Amino acid sequence: MTVLGIEDPGVWLAYVLSLAGAALCVGYGLANWNKGEEPKKE
Amino acid sequence: MDLLSIVLVIVYLMVTGYLGYLGYRQTKTAADYLVAGRSANPIIMALSYGATFISTSAIVGFGGAAAGLGMGVLWLTVLNISVGIFVAFTFLGNPTRRMGHHLDAHTFPELIAKRYDSRLLQVLCALIIFCFMPLYAMAVMVGGAEFIGPIFHISYDAALYIFAVIVAAYVIAGGLKGVMLTDALQGAIMLVGMVILLAATYGRLGGPTEAHAALGAMADQVPGALKAIGHRGWTAMPAFGFAAAGLGPKDGGVAYHMWWTLVSTIVLGVGIGVLAQPQLVVRFMTVKSKQSLNRAAAAGGIFILCMTGVAFTVGALSNVYFAQQETLACRIVDDAVLLDPGPDGKGKLAPVAADAADEVKARAKRFVSFRMADEGPDAPLSYAMWTDKTEIVRGADGQADALRPHLIAALRSVGPGTPLAGNTDTIIPRYVRSAMPRWFGVLFLLTLLSAAMSTMSSQFHTMGTALGRDVFEQFRGQGHGTKSILVTRVAIIVGIVVALVLGKYVRGNIIALATAIFFGLCASSFLPMFVLGLFWKRMNKAAALASLGVGFLTSAFWLLFVHGKTAAGLGLCKAWLGRDNLIVDAQGLTLPNWSLTWTVVDPIVVALPLSLLTAVVVALVTRPPAPAHVAYVFGGPKPNA
Repeated sequence: MTVLGIEDPGVWLAYVLSLAGAALCVGYGLANWNKGEEPKKE
Repeated sequence: MDLLSIVLVIVYLMVTGYLGYLGYRQTKTAADYLVAGRSANPIIMALSYGATFISTSAIVGFGGAAAGLGMGVLWLTVLNISVGIFVAFTFLGNPTRRMGHHLDAHTFPELIAKRYDSRLLQVLCALIIFCFMPLYAMAVMVGGAEFIGPIFHISYDAALYIFAVIVAAYVIAGGLKGVMLTDALQGAIMLVGMVILLAATYGRLGGPTEAHAALGAMADQVPGALKAIGHRGWTAMPAFGFAAAGLGPKDGGVAYHMWWTLVSTIVLGVGIGVLAQPQLVVRFMTVKSKQSLNRAAAAGGIFILCMTGVAFTVGALSNVYFAQQETLACRIVDDAVLLDPGPDGKGKLAPVAADAADEVKARAKRFVSFRMADEGPDAPLSYAMWTDKTEIVRGADGQADALRPHLIAALRSVGPGTPLAGNTDTIIPRYVRSAMPRWFGVLFLLTLLSAAMSTMSSQFHTMGTALGRDVFEQFRGQGHGTKSILVTRVAIIVGIVVALVLGKYVRGNIIALATAIFFGLCASSFLPMFVLGLFWKRMNKAAALASLGVGFLTSAFWLLFVHGKTAAGLGLCKAWLGRDNLIVDAQGLTLPNWSLTWTVVDPIVVALPLSLLTAVVVALVTRPPAPAHVAYVFGGPKPNA
């Protein structure tokens, strides 16, 4: 199976997972954009 | 260097200087100087984290490594994003931020010390940082100097010195506020530069699929020396396995060297090591809430993809450009220059004198020497190795000659002063100078300046605070705040001098290796006690000290006595035992019970599991930490307060 012109799955998987990882970070950030705000004096 | 380039660089340096001054003006407390007042904007924090994380080492050093090793280096991008951003921001970031705030910690060693109630740990961590971070700073400086020197027509040494002085000035004055403000500007420039670099490269090669396919079709051009260590083409992973015991280099003992170098040193060493980088952990303590970390994760993922993903892809694809498209408009000076690689063929290439012995002439390699068409007659000569594919078209009537070297990237980097294997640290700069329009060369110059300066600023800041805050204050007491800032500044200067000396004497294929060594050392020494300290209440001082000791000493032993490249380079094993490393005998023959593959296994593969195991076992067999202290560390009131 060739993906984006690359035959070795050991390499095209890295290419695809890099894109997926960035998408995961963006999705997580946007889904939690307004969560986690917290005010302590000490 | 034309007027536009000079003006742009001066404007860039002036804006950087202004932001450093702004940081200086906003620095009112020790917390401002050390953790940017703990209220950094999330986008500035994300850009600062990313720009600190990504240096010229990643772009020039690892990009060049990808030109040699191929697109398999993208596994490091996978780890950079999934571990360096996602795991770091979503799992480690908030506990680090919360504990750092609650315990009033300003530096990584101080966080560890307060978690375990141990000044000894603070001093040990700080000394490891102060002694070994110059190695990483050196790698970043070399990455910048390799590109900047030729552009400004100044020597490599001068480029190193200028670089160091500019960064030191705004770090010493502006503290972490100055560092983070300049980081944000530099991160934005890096983002623009790298996105254009990828688009231009894919555009030139016909699009992603066509470019990758063209690179895949070049597998038959892999040099024999690389095939012997497992290279199977630039779009394939190297051959995987572990050589049988006793085999020498010519019997297949090196057949899997490339896979282990790629996976254990480059991917794991840096990919996991990032979690325990002191200058990055501090970033989590600069934001005021988890919300900031959530927002920073989104920006960080995109930023890292556009940095390492682009650098590694373009590095690998540069082979297609150099082998198929490069045409140099130049004036050929001599098309039969002989350069000698030395008796063993592994030395640095040197010109062959006209009266040299026949034996020297027979082993010498033929090169073409030339100057680019737009260079004056006094410009230094450039060289390209001659092969049976080299094409030269002589220009008529004073027109420039056309030279088509048709070489893969690594061979294109061969010239006087490099070994026959080339110097991969010069590939990305050469690619940009040769393949990209001149205006992009200026933008890329700013990109590399930004990448180097943003990382160096944090390295200098971390080295300085390690000695000032974490060592000096521990011996002199907390009441010496003013003096500790002064000691911090002196320590920054000392660290820079050490990095400069290293950079002056260690050159060539060093950037990726030096970076990986430092990242691996940090992971093995710090990671178990840092992560377990955040999540496991049973983790105690004895376990942290044991883990630090085992991780550091195992790494040091492996680097000095087993890892082929570092053991031979450092020379202690040779001086003490008369052989390059423990796997070979005095004649360089592999010992019968050992595999030569061990000499390319990175220390992190051995030291990190041992360090983690030590931490868990010691924590379970020794007395748990005092309940009052544990309650305090995890958010409760201070004991006896």
